[in-house]
Amino acid sequence: MGASLRDIKTRINTTKKTSQITKAMEMVSASKLNRAEHNARSFAPYMEKIQDVVVSVALGSNDASHPMLIKRPVKKTGYLVITSDRGLAGAYNSNILRAVYQTIQERHRSTDEYAIIAIGRVGLNFFKRRNIPVVLSITGLPDQPSFADIKEIANQTVNMFADGTFDELYMFYNHFVNAIQQDVTKKKLLPLTDLVSDKKLTMYEFEPSQEEILEVLLPQYAESLIYGALLDAKASEHAARMTAMKNATDNAKELIRTLTLSYNRARQAAITQEITEIVAGANALQ
Amino acid sequence: MKTIKVSVVTPDGPVYEADVEMVSAKAKSGELGVLPGHIPMVAPLEIGAVRLKKGNETELIAVSGGFLEVRPDRVTILAQAAERAEDIDVARAKAAKERAERRLQAKQDDIDFKRAELALRRAINRLNVAQRKF
Repeated sequence: MGASLRDIKTRINTTKKTSQITKAMEMVSASKLNRAEHNARSFAPYMEKIQDVVVSVALGSNDASHPMLIKRPVKKTGYLVITSDRGLAGAYNSNILRAVYQTIQERHRSTDEYAIIAIGRVGLNFFKRRNIPVVLSITGLPDQPSFADIKEIANQTVNMFADGTFDELYMFYNHFVNAIQQDVTKKKLLPLTDLVSDKKLTMYEFEPSQEEILEVLLPQYAESLIYGALLDAKASEHAARMTAMKNATDNAKELIRTLTLSYNRARQAAITQEITEIVAGANALQ
Repeated sequence: MKTIKVSVVTPDGPVYEADVEMVSAKAKSGELGVLPGHIPMVAPLEIGAVRLKKGNETELIAVSGGFLEVRPDRVTILAQAAERAEDIDVARAKAAKERAERRLQAKQDDIDFKRAELALRRAINRLNVAQRKF
């Protein structure tokens, strides 16, 4: 009985330590989520404005055309997949990777037809293990990425559409709904075929010409879409980790409660047995 | 004096917002000055300085490309990176300049060369703006 009492005590202690760690991680994620939401908010005015201008310029006059606006026959598809670098975020990564994997299985027969651009280590490892071609990847992004951090990969991704490596590009990431809900989102990045506006279009003068403006504007727009998705995904990541850690802490508490109960029972049983033995011994002496 | 609202916005957040008398910038097609009441216009920008004139003062902002959108009552500059003269990290810009120069010295393929050249121009632009050499 003594050994098992000690065993239970040890388990209670280790569970307590674990719950302290998960509790700390939960709080860290909560503050990171706060900052991520703040970043997303400071990005919003830029995105709104650039979208406004892109729509006005691209739809403003009908003779404007640019390769990024035109659908072309698809020979190769690019998938930009945003995952986290580390785990312990519940189903955050597996949800996305499952969605990407299913899409690929449904749409493609050979690995020549698609390639992956991986943001985040979990995704990169997943695709490598399954021999899925990864053309570009970036890992080790900070928790609060600035635009400069992903400028290069965004730029290369957009260029791969421009130079014909890909004929269409999709993004997969977790969209942040609120702290407890994040939705896997599949979004078409390029070509930009679904530009619509509910606002009144502004007619602009172009300096020097509409074509040259689209030449600058559209890649910049596409790159901002990627950055926007990354900010969204980061907020989701912190939220997912926060929830996962909260659940872990709650489970640990529950476990400690049951363990304490059985510890007390075992202790009581030991005491009862001791008393019985003493009484029996005393009786034998009489 | 009539004024026009100017905002400089980057993906990392707004950099500048104020009413000024005149905005001048280096567009791809040449120097460009915008006064209040300008017709709506869009123009891509070069890596360079945006000058915002207000009274006797001129504020300088270093922009790395992007474009300028003009409406009669407001000007918006959308750039992937922009800093006000006093916010520029001179040491970092100097380091970037040296790095880019080293890359240009070492002969590499075209893409890297172009990238290094752009990096060099951005660094020089930041240094110039920080030292108010415009």
